[in-house]
Amino acid sequence: MEQTRFEPRIVGFLCNWCSYTGADLAGTSRIKSPPNIRSIRVMCSGRVDPSFVLRALQLGADGVLIMGCHPGDCHYQEGNFKALRRMLLLKRILQQFGVSERRLRLDWVSAAEGDKFAQVCTEFTEEVRALGPLHLETSLLPQAQEAGLEAQEAAL
Amino acid sequence: MKLTIDGKTTEVERGTTVLQAARFLDIKIPTLCYHPLIKPFAACRLCVVETKTKWGDELVPSCHVTCREGMVVNTNNKHVRDARRLILEMMLARWPNVPILRKYAEELGLKQPRFTSVLRDEREDACVLCGLCVRACDEVVGASAISMAERGIQRHVATPFNLESEACIACGACALVCPTAHIKFEAEDYRGRPPDFLLGPNTAIFVPTLQAVPRVPVIDKETCIHFATEGCQKCVEVCEPEAINHRMVDEEIELNVGQVLIATGYDAFDPAPMAQYGYGRLDNIYAGLDVERMLNATGPTGGKVLLKNGQRPRAVGILHCIGSRDENHHRYCSRVCCMYALKFSHLIKERTEAEVYNFYIDMRAFGKGYEEFYSRVLHEGANVIRGKVAEVVQAGWSKREEGTLLIRCEDTLIGRFREIPVDMVVLCNAIEPRRDAEQIGRLFGLSRSPDGFFLERHPKLDPVATMTDGLFVAGCAQGPKDIPDSVAQGAAAAARMLATISKGVVEIDPVRAEVDEQYCSGCRICNALCPYKAIDFVQEKSVSRVNSPLCKGCGTCVAACPAGAITGYGFTDRQIYAELEGVLTV
Amino acid sequence: MSKPKLALYWAASCGGCEIAVLDVEEKILDVAGFFDIVFWPCAMDFKYKDVEAMADGSIDLCLFNGAIRNSENEALAHLLRKKSKVLAAFGSCAMDGCIPGLANLSTREEIFQTVYHQTPSTLNPEAIRPLPRVAVPEGELDIPTFYESVRTLGQVIPVDYFIPGCPPQPPQILAVLSAIMQGAQLPPAGSVLGAGEKTCCEECGRTRNEKRLKRFYRPWEIEPKVDECLLDQGIVCMGPATRSGCGALCVKANMPCRGCYGAAPNVADQGVKMVSAIASVIDAQDPAEINSILDQIADPAGTFYRFSLPSSILYRKQAEVV
Repeated sequence: MEQTRFEPRIVGFLCNWCSYTGADLAGTSRIKSPPNIRSIRVMCSGRVDPSFVLRALQLGADGVLIMGCHPGDCHYQEGNFKALRRMLLLKRILQQFGVSERRLRLDWVSAAEGDKFAQVCTEFTEEVRALGPLHLETSLLPQAQEAGLEAQEAAL
Repeated sequence: MKLTIDGKTTEVERGTTVLQAARFLDIKIPTLCYHPLIKPFAACRLCVVETKTKWGDELVPSCHVTCREGMVVNTNNKHVRDARRLILEMMLARWPNVPILRKYAEELGLKQPRFTSVLRDEREDACVLCGLCVRACDEVVGASAISMAERGIQRHVATPFNLESEACIACGACALVCPTAHIKFEAEDYRGRPPDFLLGPNTAIFVPTLQAVPRVPVIDKETCIHFATEGCQKCVEVCEPEAINHRMVDEEIELNVGQVLIATGYDAFDPAPMAQYGYGRLDNIYAGLDVERMLNATGPTGGKVLLKNGQRPRAVGILHCIGSRDENHHRYCSRVCCMYALKFSHLIKERTEAEVYNFYIDMRAFGKGYEEFYSRVLHEGANVIRGKVAEVVQAGWSKREEGTLLIRCEDTLIGRFREIPVDMVVLCNAIEPRRDAEQIGRLFGLSRSPDGFFLERHPKLDPVATMTDGLFVAGCAQGPKDIPDSVAQGAAAAARMLATISKGVVEIDPVRAEVDEQYCSGCRICNALCPYKAIDFVQEKSVSRVNSPLCKGCGTCVAACPAGAITGYGFTDRQIYAELEGVLTV
Repeated sequence: MSKPKLALYWAASCGGCEIAVLDVEEKILDVAGFFDIVFWPCAMDFKYKDVEAMADGSIDLCLFNGAIRNSENEALAHLLRKKSKVLAAFGSCAMDGCIPGLANLSTREEIFQTVYHQTPSTLNPEAIRPLPRVAVPEGELDIPTFYESVRTLGQVIPVDYFIPGCPPQPPQILAVLSAIMQGAQLPPAGSVLGAGEKTCCEECGRTRNEKRLKRFYRPWEIEPKVDECLLDQGIVCMGPATRSGCGALCVKANMPCRGCYGAAPNVADQGVKMVSAIASVIDAQDPAEINSILDQIADPAGTFYRFSLPSSILYRKQAEVV
């Protein structure tokens, strides 16, 4: 029996205009890319709320990869810079919470860079594999959180 | 009331002086101390006329005496002429060469004055003590900086204690009214360019150019006497339609509009900091717009190509790319300069015998008919030297060369350094973004490209739109361009704006953000984040609000809101959490 | 006609909530007149066995303040839940974890090491540690177990109402009690009482501008202007991420809001929302510049999660060696 290797579960947030299209290109170009990345499309990397990252970790992700447009090329002007600032601060929070900040990566992939997409995914998967599973000590979802989410749902 | 002058009868209003009545009838009466804008003083008595008074046929000063009903006036009989001749004789005794006195003397047949004065002043521009300057300064200007000093033969016009007057506002009114040009008003000498090239005023109220739109005068608050002393307002007095209002103030009008077209134009690069070209330091070195003004028929020289000393140039150098295509100033090409340089070459050759030298890097004749025009100018004999000019210096020291400029350049096609003597240099200075472009950009949330001009939505496919819906840019505000292209862009932008208006409705993308005012406390963290300025702050309710037609749905504000008060339709938190749960079940 | 029964309990907290109840001043007499207080350890002499003897559900209203730090807190939480008809998490400790919750940034071992061995004034040569059960000549001694993590009341038992604040402000406490005393219809279970639906900014009253921050200041570094938003001036103020209800008392004293009323109604994790908000308004694009500005925020986790750590997504410091 082959020893099962730890397969990291990684959530990828891809921006619609650049990295998501880049991922598509990687696919149509038949470039090999690890299946560990579970993609979630957003319109802009600036949509990525740091709470998404924490929620992903809480739900069992071992790493989170956010990919946006190159600085200066954001389809919405500056969304990627906002993502950058948020992630830099979030990394500090993660460190204080005893979660390696290397489990969070923000990178820039354009619509034409299928190969870079594959490369970043491969690199990050290996890095998270080396860090090992996160085993986040999850608590019961606090009632307040539940109430908050319900309120949001009710508002929609 | 009716009166008769020299046999001609006329009807005038009450208060009209005999002199004014005579002028209505085109009867000439000599005057010296009279000026239509100043109250009559009747000092020189040259304007005397004969009329019947209760003491018989009297000589009265026509500038001062008002008409009476049935008055009979004689302006040219022997009595009057003799009187005037005597006055002139006495004046010429003291001031024999003053032109206006000599003119009147000749008209009256006075050949040789009989007297001469101990105070004989031979100057043509002698002061004849008419007192107009004093009265102008006192009555019209209200500054009272000068006055008649001393008595008798010592009488002269002076400032208090002959010291420099603090009350003088340098308005030039005294110089204007002086009949002998004794008072001279000298403007600061602008080195290098005649003052008029600055489109500066000659008087405080002036029409900017004959091609100004609208073609009405404006008042320059800096030089207008009224703004300095509360006096004068002669312009108001003479304006029949009462169209002048010194109290006009800027009015701020608020308009609610849905679209804005930014067509704020360009600024001309100031070549003065490029000291090697001598602009502002040496005479006869002009920038593009200066020459444009000079060549214009309504300009200071009436279209003639003249040097500062009024002579025509023997040779003119036109330097391309001053401030453009320059790593030290602007890297871009200003697009219009090659063609206007060729235009100047053509016009200069047409109007003068001058040799014309163009110093260029590349000749950019990109438009319709432009290359053909270039060929034509070459055929007309314009010289073209391929090489950027290194410096312009003053030639030699001999009197013969005085004023000549030397252009030092490299002629790259023959591989030699050259020194070309010219009389006039034209600098094709760059087109640069307006000084307030950053401010305008901030105001509208408009990005600018690295060269400083406003950023179009797409350089090829959408050159008049910007990233913000409803905001358009046209003309040189978007980048250097000539008139045909500016016109095309203006029309294009107008058409786009009209299309939006005529549609009547605006389609809103379903993927957009919306602020729930139930949860928003107006912290304004989202306001500065929107690249489309789509978030307004509603002051009265202290909440932020997304302007839906402008929102592009990027979701940045949704993520940033610390109260979770913004919903990003299509990509809500709940939807993304659901996706997370989905992708992590395995 | 018996009076409705009221119980107040103080778990892991500072006692400020109890004082806040007394701060309704003379109205406390109305409260005492209306209710029959059956359990209030800090004010009256009741024992646990008195509570155990009560019928289930016989306490009409229990105001439980304090977080769950040890087994005693938890035991009483379960007990009072059984005996109460309506149980409210009273104050931020019970609702979100509050200041005791900051202990979740350390492990139990780290805490014990510091308290029992390492402080300069500790004299404990035998390295004695508290044990939950120890034999002594007189028999066996039980003391509560110290848990690894602080938890909120809601993470341990179902809670009917949440009353936020550190402490809940006396006018809000009075409003809640008065509503109950007047027999008003109470909102559905799980609701937050005694607080607003917006954030502290609503009650702040200062002028706010568009935010573009080039640097942060600690509150002592500058003298903040009193009528301008503190965040505009570079001071980290939790106001935008904090539920309204306190009347913006701290801000009115020219100090930044610390976030004691917990997350805004629509937000699950107060701290991470503040991370997003604050980072978004930093006016820099170069990573080095951004980092140097972030260096000016001392202890981000402690600042943003000061009152809501146990109720947050990450909930406690993880064991990973970083």
